[in-house]
Amino acid sequence: MTAREQVTLRRSIDWGALGRSAYQAALSVTLSLLIGALLLLISGQNPVLAFRSLWDGAFGSVNRFTETLVQATPLLLIAISVSLSFRCQIWNIGAEGQVILGGIASIWVALTFSELPPAILLPLTFIGGALAGGMWSLIAGLLKAYAQANEVITTSMLNYIAVYLLAFLVHGPMMDPAGFNFPQSPLIARSLELPRLVAGTRLNVAFLIALLLVGAALLYWRTTLGQRTEIVGASRRVARQIGFSVPATIALVSMLTGALAGIAGWGEMFGLHFRLIEEFARGMGSLGIVVALLGELHPLGMVVSAFLFGALVVGGNAMERNAGVPFALVDVIQGCVILLILARGYIFKFRRGAR
Amino acid sequence: MGIVEMTGITKRFPGATRAQSVLANDQVNLELHKGEIHGLLGENGAGKTTLMNILFGLYQPDAGQILVRDQLVTITSPAAAIHHGIGMVHQHFRLVPPLTVTENIILGLEGRGLLDLRAARQRVQQVAEEYGIQIDPGATVQDLSVGQQQRVEILSSLYRGAEILILDEPTAVLTPQEADSLVACLRTMAEQGKTIVFISHKLEEAMRLTDRVTVLRAGRVVFEALTRDTDKAQLAREMIGRDLIALRAEQRNRVLVLAGAQDAAPAGELAAPRATGKVMLEARAVHVNDDRGLPAVRGLSLALRSGEILGIAGVDGNGQRELAEAIVCLRPLQAGQLVIAEEDASHWGTHDFLQRSTGYIPDDRQNDGLILGFDLARNATLKLFRHRPFSAFGFLHDRAISQFTVEMMEDFDVRAPSPFVRASTLSGGNQQKLILARELSQTPRLIIASQPARGLDIGATAYVHQRLMEERDRGGAILLISTDLDEIMLLSDRILVMYNGQSMGELDAYAADAQTLGLMMAGTPLGGAEGAGGAA
Amino acid sequence: MNVELITFPFIVGLLAAAVRLAVPILFAALGETFTERAGILNLGLEGIMLMGALGGFVGAYATGSLWLGVALAMLCGIVMGLLMGFMSITAKVNQVVAGLGITILGSGLSTLLFRLFFGLRSTPPTITMFPVQPIPGLSQIPVLGEMVFSHNILVYLALILVPVAWVVLYRTRFGLALRAVGERPDAVDTRGLSVDRLRYISLIIGGALAGLGGAVLPLASLGIFWTQITAGRGFIAIAVVVFARWDPVRALWGALLFGSAMALQLSLQTLKMPIPSELLLMLPYIITIIVLVGVSRRAEFPAAYAVPYSRGEK
Repeated sequence: MTAREQVTLRRSIDWGALGRSAYQAALSVTLSLLIGALLLLISGQNPVLAFRSLWDGAFGSVNRFTETLVQATPLLLIAISVSLSFRCQIWNIGAEGQVILGGIASIWVALTFSELPPAILLPLTFIGGALAGGMWSLIAGLLKAYAQANEVITTSMLNYIAVYLLAFLVHGPMMDPAGFNFPQSPLIARSLELPRLVAGTRLNVAFLIALLLVGAALLYWRTTLGQRTEIVGASRRVARQIGFSVPATIALVSMLTGALAGIAGWGEMFGLHFRLIEEFARGMGSLGIVVALLGELHPLGMVVSAFLFGALVVGGNAMERNAGVPFALVDVIQGCVILLILARGYIFKFRRGAR
Repeated sequence: MGIVEMTGITKRFPGATRAQSVLANDQVNLELHKGEIHGLLGENGAGKTTLMNILFGLYQPDAGQILVRDQLVTITSPAAAIHHGIGMVHQHFRLVPPLTVTENIILGLEGRGLLDLRAARQRVQQVAEEYGIQIDPGATVQDLSVGQQQRVEILSSLYRGAEILILDEPTAVLTPQEADSLVACLRTMAEQGKTIVFISHKLEEAMRLTDRVTVLRAGRVVFEALTRDTDKAQLAREMIGRDLIALRAEQRNRVLVLAGAQDAAPAGELAAPRATGKVMLEARAVHVNDDRGLPAVRGLSLALRSGEILGIAGVDGNGQRELAEAIVCLRPLQAGQLVIAEEDASHWGTHDFLQRSTGYIPDDRQNDGLILGFDLARNATLKLFRHRPFSAFGFLHDRAISQFTVEMMEDFDVRAPSPFVRASTLSGGNQQKLILARELSQTPRLIIASQPARGLDIGATAYVHQRLMEERDRGGAILLISTDLDEIMLLSDRILVMYNGQSMGELDAYAADAQTLGLMMAGTPLGGAEGAGGAA
Repeated sequence: MNVELITFPFIVGLLAAAVRLAVPILFAALGETFTERAGILNLGLEGIMLMGALGGFVGAYATGSLWLGVALAMLCGIVMGLLMGFMSITAKVNQVVAGLGITILGSGLSTLLFRLFFGLRSTPPTITMFPVQPIPGLSQIPVLGEMVFSHNILVYLALILVPVAWVVLYRTRFGLALRAVGERPDAVDTRGLSVDRLRYISLIIGGALAGLGGAVLPLASLGIFWTQITAGRGFIAIAVVVFARWDPVRALWGALLFGSAMALQLSLQTLKMPIPSELLLMLPYIITIIVLVGVSRRAEFPAAYAVPYSRGEK
């Protein structure tokens, strides 16, 4: 029987592998939660109380639930951005800086061109945010492509620089003159605020845009550009032989990565805060990375993990307010999830018995 | 009583499936006498290296026993082997290039406190002199020639008191002169009472160097004798199971008949088909640098016509890889001109090369030829997916891609359950066939093939050779680069020998003999005096 | 701007501050030099330094002994280093992502434990730091005396560690094996040494020194602990290692370079330069990028860098 007769020409979904992946991911999260609980126990806190307030904080009411989605929105965007880079073997961890730049640029556009009608201005701010984030990431991309500079270091340096840049701007040039010396920018026009999806909550259109971009991501991997990204990520040598310019690909992917994170920044500004404030992107970078890894760098997987971590963040904040347990527990859970996900190949091989 | 006695050694390697497991050694008995040079012969995959790896502690036998100096031993690791006085020089040296000779030699030795490099250097010098080895203990290994690096490896074992030395295909990477030098060195060591095991598939050497020989075939000992009691023909017969010379002629005939030649000429009277096609590839005095910026190809010229195979012969490391990469436009020319299909290609990029009707089979199939993590369909369409019908407006057409792959798998005999399995699950032979499928599917007019049959078994090798000859007969121009002289002589119409980045001359394949080629590979240009080919 | 403040003593003070500020980075860089020479890229340095800072602070606070704080800091560093070792050597995962995981874990864990131990207070807990101990005689030398010989003991420890590290790396059997294992692990394996054991040891050294580097901040510079106290020094240390081309002595110069940048930034604030403080704070990070770009192109990384080793039976 020849291959032609034997094979079905459609790539069938390997449900077995998918199930295994999901199982391992769920196990990693559960274990991490248990480790967190253990830490709480050791330090004399009540883990049951803590997790109860975490759950309530995330899902306790319609309002809470929408907050979870609100929190998941930027995480999802950042995760897609990270997944793009990672699948190209570019270890770009500068999401936090790119989000900040996106926020700064979009607010700047809104404030500077405030005379333009919102129908034009709003898309302009969107483009501004995406461009700024893209450029910020491109710096690291170009340095990697043409100077072989380690992108982990350059992007994390750029993160710090971005944080200080934001601080400088809201304490200085972009400070609201009518703001009582508060480190914040003036508010954007009401007409620019993104419409709410559910009345009385903070859930806004940015969430839909994130879902839209998930769809775009799914399509991306079926394009020639997506193939090129994966080829360059998988083997630079083969990529060169097929005539792909590795530096150009790195630059392009870096730009797209930053643009997506910049859009997350735009979303935070125009859907949530409506003005530049400090620390609006705090911790989003590492959260985005965990979400991406937990979701196996696949757009649909990342939707699920973004939701999960959105819940953890919202719940974590509630947990700190109500049960007095520091939010840092969520950071610990993040770290554990990454390590467990990474090591799952080893752990599960070990359990199933030696080779 | 031998100094080493291996009895009943059996070793099986598990394969991906039960059927694919390999019995590398099957009840092998081997006896080594003190002070002898013993040749362990056999073709690729006969089990010679496995047997010696067992003796050196890298593998554990499934059955059998080993006696060293009449004592039963279990050699669990290289450290244990060294403890028993057994040392091994591998085909791929285990040296650390940025470190010095002395540092490499003392690496891993026991000792307390700080290193006394000066004392160590002196001791290295002493041992070297004892065995007539010329080496500078302070030199950095990456600055040494291949032959010298091999000396360091040998010295490493001697320094540790090895009495029994195993050498795995030691002359595979040496020029004939370096090989002579090595032979002299080994004889000195044997005279001093060392026992030497010499793994090889080269009969010439075995006859020249050894005192006794053992031939392995398919994991079993098929023949042992004193070297003076046997000859090349007999050894060849035992290695292959048949008469080697007649076999080669038969292979050639078979391939020619398959490719449509009218009559099979009797062995020894094969006439070269005259290539009359147009010149597809021309290199005019090209200079190419290697990764370190040093000249690797120095002023080499060649011309390749449609309907012929030009074989580039030479010992590994004389610029062949850089030449191949320059021709496929992966590496820039420092000087000279490259002409492909009558166009000036001197400043082309890979993209330009690919757009012409070309194919490239790189020598490292796992790293350069395929993306092992991708499935077969994606690998097969690596060069084509950007064009119709495999994509349109930037979107891929899955159906077209998989259909094409299935057809290619059938045409090129790639055996796999589906086009969606990962390339890493394929055997070496099937991987190479997949690469052939990709490169040859569009019937390119110019094909560059580098070590196309490296590491393949006999069946896959024959297939690859057959396809290349078919392409030649279809009018393709093929540049074959290989360090395997047999492959060169089997396939080529003309042969060009490279030494030290330069051409030592071209010959008709049918007029070439191993001795002439050997001299050329060692630096004697055709018709020229020794050494005129340029300083080493 | 108060130009009249730029006096000779001011500049000497600047240089002395440079040395002092370089110390955390120097410790971490020395440790990472060993780790990377063995072929492992440990991007978890930042997290390990944070755990070390916490360990040092808690140890000193709880026991009243600064040296016990140092010991606890190094212990925390070793534990984190071993965790990184498990991921890279035994589980053979992607070292970059594992390092990121360790950094995130260390960052979160240090914050969490600090908050759990001390709760939220209006005045943060403090400890008494290591005092400045000028070396009698040597500290009287003009310029050099203040620059090098008038510091706290951890600074002296760091400076002494540089030649010690050099000797260990280039003049001991262990150092030789370590250098070999990062280039050609198979060569080391053949000679009967354990590749894994060497790499684990390199992570123990790296972790201990990173932990110590982190502890310098609360124990000798600041006297308190706050979350993210290391502010990226772990990443800067990795850049220093590349800049130093994996050599301990050159790492000293690299660390001093960054120490100078930080000292410069502080002194510019004192001089009331018309540059906003936030922009000055960016200085070390910008310099890191520039330095990294300058050295990376020609850098000859250890050949087996960031590649997990498995002895292939073929």
